[in-house]
Amino acid sequence: MSAHAESVPSQRHPLVAFALRWLLTTNHKEIGSLYLWLSFGLFFIGGLMAMGIRLELFRPGIEFFDPEFYNQLLTLHGLIMVFGAVMPAFVGLANWMVPLMIGAPDMALPRMNNFSFWILPFAFALLISSLFMDGGAPNFGWTFYAPLSTTYGPPSTDFFILGVHLMGISSIMGAINIIVTIANMRAPGMTLMRMPLFVWTWLITAFLLIMVMPVLAGVVTMMLTDRHFGTSFFEASGGGDPVMFQHIFWFFGHPEVYIMILPGFGIASQIIPTFSRKKLFGYHSMVYATASIAILSFIVWGHHMFTTGMPLVAELFFMFATMLIAVPTGVKVFNWVATMWRGSITFETPMLFAVGFVMMFTIGGFSGLMLALVPPDVQYHDTMFVVAHFHYVLYPGAIFGTMAAVYYWLPKWCGHMYDERLGKLHFWTATFAVNLTFFPMHFTGLAGMPRRIPDYSLQFADFNMLSSIGAGLLGLTQILFLFIVIKTIRGGKEASARVWEGAEGLEWTVPSPAPHHTFEEPPVLDPEASH
Amino acid sequence: MNRQRNGKHTLLLVGLAAGMFAFAFSLVPLYNIFCEITGLNGKTSTTPSTLADVNNESSRHVTLHFMAKVGRGLPWDVRPVQEQLTVRVGEMQTTHYYARNRADNVTAGQAVPSVAPGRAAQYLKKVECFCFTRQELSAGQETNMPVRFFVSPDLPEDINTLSLSYTVFPQQGSDVVAQTGGMPDE
Repeated sequence: MSAHAESVPSQRHPLVAFALRWLLTTNHKEIGSLYLWLSFGLFFIGGLMAMGIRLELFRPGIEFFDPEFYNQLLTLHGLIMVFGAVMPAFVGLANWMVPLMIGAPDMALPRMNNFSFWILPFAFALLISSLFMDGGAPNFGWTFYAPLSTTYGPPSTDFFILGVHLMGISSIMGAINIIVTIANMRAPGMTLMRMPLFVWTWLITAFLLIMVMPVLAGVVTMMLTDRHFGTSFFEASGGGDPVMFQHIFWFFGHPEVYIMILPGFGIASQIIPTFSRKKLFGYHSMVYATASIAILSFIVWGHHMFTTGMPLVAELFFMFATMLIAVPTGVKVFNWVATMWRGSITFETPMLFAVGFVMMFTIGGFSGLMLALVPPDVQYHDTMFVVAHFHYVLYPGAIFGTMAAVYYWLPKWCGHMYDERLGKLHFWTATFAVNLTFFPMHFTGLAGMPRRIPDYSLQFADFNMLSSIGAGLLGLTQILFLFIVIKTIRGGKEASARVWEGAEGLEWTVPSPAPHHTFEEPPVLDPEASH
Repeated sequence: MNRQRNGKHTLLLVGLAAGMFAFAFSLVPLYNIFCEITGLNGKTSTTPSTLADVNNESSRHVTLHFMAKVGRGLPWDVRPVQEQLTVRVGEMQTTHYYARNRADNVTAGQAVPSVAPGRAAQYLKKVECFCFTRQELSAGQETNMPVRFFVSPDLPEDINTLSLSYTVFPQQGSDVVAQTGGMPDE
């Protein structure tokens, strides 16, 4: 139906034809690649900002940037990494892989797919352009608490608000597309409980997106009217309440952190069985655990706000609800380990990243459990310990998950094997660097170093220098990753259709590289094979 | 057939998204109702209380701390005349806040009260308060603003100390108004 969108007349100038091809494409594989490249680019921009932050923190004292600019770097680093690097990378993977994994010819709504991608470059152009404006970029942290972002926000805050609106619209459209695709376009015989786990986790993630991105849109709309149209949603003098901002924001914000990790869970659940040469242990419990995590994520937002003067009963409720999430998460970690148990395991690069994901994400999960406890949280709140916690779940979690997926499916995408030696080098250096960067933050945080401050006491100097060295190395390893990806696209050993000896699933039945159009005739599923 | 179902599902999901957008706004009144019932955020009533609960029977005493802050952009000095007061529960009390307008023109402010701990908020009954209305001070004017209140005998037993804090925010009509969306002026 949409197969002719990319056949532009050939008389056009090659550059125009090239631009139109990518601007107008409705092919799920091409849009998936666009998403992945955009997120890769933004990952480097956000990473450059992280380098700036670590440069300033290399030694005590204000050395390179004034504190105001440091705050801007910090804010944009957070926003770009969350909305620009992690989320579009997962959407890109979903675009590429969901139709291939369920045996569909394309996404259900290809034109909307095109639209939801092409909004994003404009959203991030708006956000990043604020760096060059009078008064500077937003400087209130990625959580943009009122009144920092309303009464005291710089004029560029309005660009931030519009940018967030656009990102939200894009995410909602992407999520609708994924749900409709999974609901209506599965190959005959692909029942819900036969879907690969990556598809399951994305289905649940898409529902989370549809339910919380509108709340984010609502809260930035309230900010906008507070700033310019005389309302007082968060303005105490007009009867509003800035604490309410935090409630609404975290009602969005907590499901958001699961949006950034659930697809990673799905990726680990694809890769670990392949390289253990066993079926995934506990398929059904994996699905139920994912759904439980998603449902629980709606009732735990208060654990971000223990120090706002919440009454004891509410603190207890949010504490226990949060600790409850450790149960389904524990089920998942157990299942991954049980899948590897007595498997015939080989450690190719995707497997290394997936196992690293499981181990280091669990470290982040445990520090999250510590933060869930009200009494110690009063000490941990707003310290580098929190920074260590969420970087452990996001870097070796979400980002290693994405990298595992790229190494795993790259041969399918471009038809060449990546260089295994370089891939392993990438994994080991990145693992060393990620721990060198973020592990010392646990110690400085517990000892009382506050986050989001460009200077610190002398006793934190050694650990901060280690973190900064680690961060520099981590940045370099990602340039190696870029090199490996480009090298693989340009050439390398031919990949077979199955690519991995232990791989199961429909995506391995199409040739490598995956042709432009796949599954125009729905595939036939083996009725016997099931989980 | 597929196309028709796609359309139906898309419409349903767009509806869900729109519903959640509306839900975000409905959180505002829900939050206020919730806080009014539970007193969670220390908000006190904005209307005068009646004298129905006043009684001089109780021998229980509680300590009250008074505080004041001035919001950005209002050139006023505000402070409590008495910083601390031990009162008998149920007894009517009067205290004053001192305010002075440092500017050489008329300015107006609105005081917003907050009580800590939050769950004591509903038991601090204000019969008369400068926070019920907008206050206007002419150039250089000084004034003592009264608060008449009593602590309800229903105050939970475990609360012995309350603090009442006012933040006075600049109001429209004064020449110096906090510019929302402006740069911090330091």
